[in-house]
Amino acid sequence: MDNVEPKRVIELIGVEKHFGAQKVLHGVNLSVREGTTTVIVGASGQGKSVVLKHMLGLVKPDRGRVIVFGRDLATIRRRELKKVRMGFGVLFQNVALFDSMTVYDNVALPLRERTEATEEEIRANVEQKLAMMDLDGTGEKYPAQLSGGMKKRVGLARALVLNPKIVFFDEPTTGLDVNKSNEIYRLFYRTQAELKYTAVIVSHDVPKIFKLSDYVALLAEGEIQGCLTPDAFQLSDNPHIRAFVETTMGPIYSSEKEERGLYEEI
Amino acid sequence: MRKALEKVGDECLYFLEQAGRMGVFLVFCLISLLIPPYKPQAIVKQIHFIGARSLFVILFTGAFTGMVLGLQGYYTLRKFGSEGLLGSAVALSLIRELGPVLTALMVIGRAGSAICAEIGIMRNSEQIDALECMAIDPYKYLMAPKFVAAIFSLPLLTFVFDVIGIFGGFLVGVSLLGVNEGTYFQGMYASVVWQDIEMGLVKSLVFGLLIIWISAAKGYYLQFERNGGFGAEGVSRTTTSAVVTASVTVLVWDYLISAILL
Repeated sequence: MDNVEPKRVIELIGVEKHFGAQKVLHGVNLSVREGTTTVIVGASGQGKSVVLKHMLGLVKPDRGRVIVFGRDLATIRRRELKKVRMGFGVLFQNVALFDSMTVYDNVALPLRERTEATEEEIRANVEQKLAMMDLDGTGEKYPAQLSGGMKKRVGLARALVLNPKIVFFDEPTTGLDVNKSNEIYRLFYRTQAELKYTAVIVSHDVPKIFKLSDYVALLAEGEIQGCLTPDAFQLSDNPHIRAFVETTMGPIYSSEKEERGLYEEI
Repeated sequence: MRKALEKVGDECLYFLEQAGRMGVFLVFCLISLLIPPYKPQAIVKQIHFIGARSLFVILFTGAFTGMVLGLQGYYTLRKFGSEGLLGSAVALSLIRELGPVLTALMVIGRAGSAICAEIGIMRNSEQIDALECMAIDPYKYLMAPKFVAAIFSLPLLTFVFDVIGIFGGFLVGVSLLGVNEGTYFQGMYASVVWQDIEMGLVKSLVFGLLIIWISAAKGYYLQFERNGGFGAEGVSRTTTSAVVTASVTVLVWDYLISAILL
């Protein structure tokens, strides 16, 4: 039984996308397995966020299929898409909090709009999620009054408030210093262990992000060059993956320096 | 020659694309108006923003429009010895034409521009994407209360504009220039009929819909604007475009409605 492969909750099959004359995705194939953490890496401008937006149903492919929970988002009707999205939580790159709402109202919004919960139930749920993010006492503040790291944590609280099946992270640590980044990763690790969600992360925080991932997928030249475990990824013979590993982890990630413990802090 | 033709073709395609998007946006917004649950609190908030907060500017412009109509009307009518028609001239001009049009132009400048910028910034900062990903329909959540509020507020603001304008005309015509008070009001009662009020009402309802449609859609489709709509400059450019487009559209529809109802 242990060898049973987890169910694939997201599958991208031959996804192509143009923006004007520019072809961004040339045929992306990628599977995300239930309960795992898949990290999509790649150089800037390769279309990582475009892949994420396909998974979220925000962008439709020109060709190919985007299957989430067994439904093809390329052909699905709006009402059905809404049902699929009921299982989503998203932490956007710039968090996308509603500036005119307090932290509490931001986190409560999905509960108010999507559930029949009473205000008491909403309060209990929101306070629990804020406490989970170490944000007690910030409910009455507005996003403009928060630091970058706190905004990310509010965004994560909002993403998790409905206990989603899949949580998408678009560059979750962009603009944060090392300590704040580690804090976000710690919260991610803790919440995933607790809520058992599938995670898809777009990140350039290599190699740190490898520590959190079950699978790493490299997007280069409009295609997924490989979706492998972090260890297999670093040993891959694929020229694009090799080049990426050398560029991002390059000279300092040699086994010699690793032995000297330079990467202990990761 | 070929380049010129290509340019014309590009413009035509861009226009058709924009028209298609705007059409789809309107249909989704109108459908969202019909689907419960209805959010009275959100509607009241938007009525406060579009309607109540436009009141001062409407009072001000209405009063001065009426006053200038009284002044110009008096000197024009005096040439024909018809100063007694001043009341009906002021009232008909305001109720049928100037009231709905000027109210609409003021609301475009005050609320339409703000709505376009607000939605544009929400688009830029991924807030609209966030709503969609949370399975919250942005048409229902963001647009529907604004549509209801605009369609409800414009006729009321137009009514206020008309009343204040008529009073402004009275102030200049009767109090300053000496037209008989009874003649002013009698002329007005005798000449204004239900069809005039109906025309003003239809215009204000249509203008309310046009203003909110164009302002909201321009912000919503910010990314499809010519030369890119992103960044602060993009929002500012799109807002200007929304104000110009809405103003011109109101004037075009003013003619069309007049031609149909006359």
